[in-house]
Amino acid sequence: MRYAPGSSRPRPEARPELARGEGAGVLYLLAALGGALGALARWGVGTALPHSPGGWPWATLLVNLTGCLLFGVLIALLAARSPEPPWARPFLAVGVLGGYTTCSAFAVEAVGLAEAGHPVPAVGYVLVSVVGGVLAVAAGALAVRAVRSR
Amino acid sequence: MTPLLVVAGALVGAPLRLLVTRLAARGGRDPAGGTLTVNVAGSALLGLVLGAAATPPAVVALVGTGFCGTLTTFSTFGGDVVRMVEQRRLARGLAYVLATVVLGVGAAALGYVAAPG
Repeated sequence: MRYAPGSSRPRPEARPELARGEGAGVLYLLAALGGALGALARWGVGTALPHSPGGWPWATLLVNLTGCLLFGVLIALLAARSPEPPWARPFLAVGVLGGYTTCSAFAVEAVGLAEAGHPVPAVGYVLVSVVGGVLAVAAGALAVRAVRSR
Repeated sequence: MTPLLVVAGALVGAPLRLLVTRLAARGGRDPAGGTLTVNVAGSALLGLVLGAAATPPAVVALVGTGFCGTLTTFSTFGGDVVRMVEQRRLARGLAYVLATVVLGVGAAALGYVAAPG
């Protein structure tokens, strides 16, 4: 790390170690509570949009794409704040959005589509989820930066 | 009852994911390795749960929707990829995407096939 000689003190580390010991317990609690909220929302979407075994999994696609969009918005908002609120990342990013989105259902549904004799939709589902998810994160972050730079 | 089971599984899955990513990030390494680990492990377990013929609906809600669904994540995966692209580490980002897809779907298929019954 470089800092001008004679300057009063070194800059704090860009990525400080997360709190250890008792402070870390709060991080896990925040992640658990946020994860429970996110999972409930995901379950609600899945109940509202059921799909037959081997059918196109709209519910998981919806939660993963909207969750990625919100994740992009969140990380851009947090990047613009210094210091960022210490609860925001464990509760919102790890907890709520991490629990709302899911990789396991995505993977099993892709297998289910292929097993039901729909290999083309299976590959399409993987591509739409992965490419769409990455683009949704980028779109959310770019939208926040565009609004903030006006 | 079902939403309570989902919440109970999520209360374990989310902090476990945080633990694994923090362990993976020790020594300045990329936390994406931890995300990949939980995503592959959770996909294998969900394949087992849903592949077994006699899994009770309560177990699907608790272990499947609650625990596996929350242990794994898609938003952090997407965020990891965008961060790698912004850091101009394109090869790493592409390898991470391929590893998540191939290992995740492969693990789900293995769990599904290996499930009893």
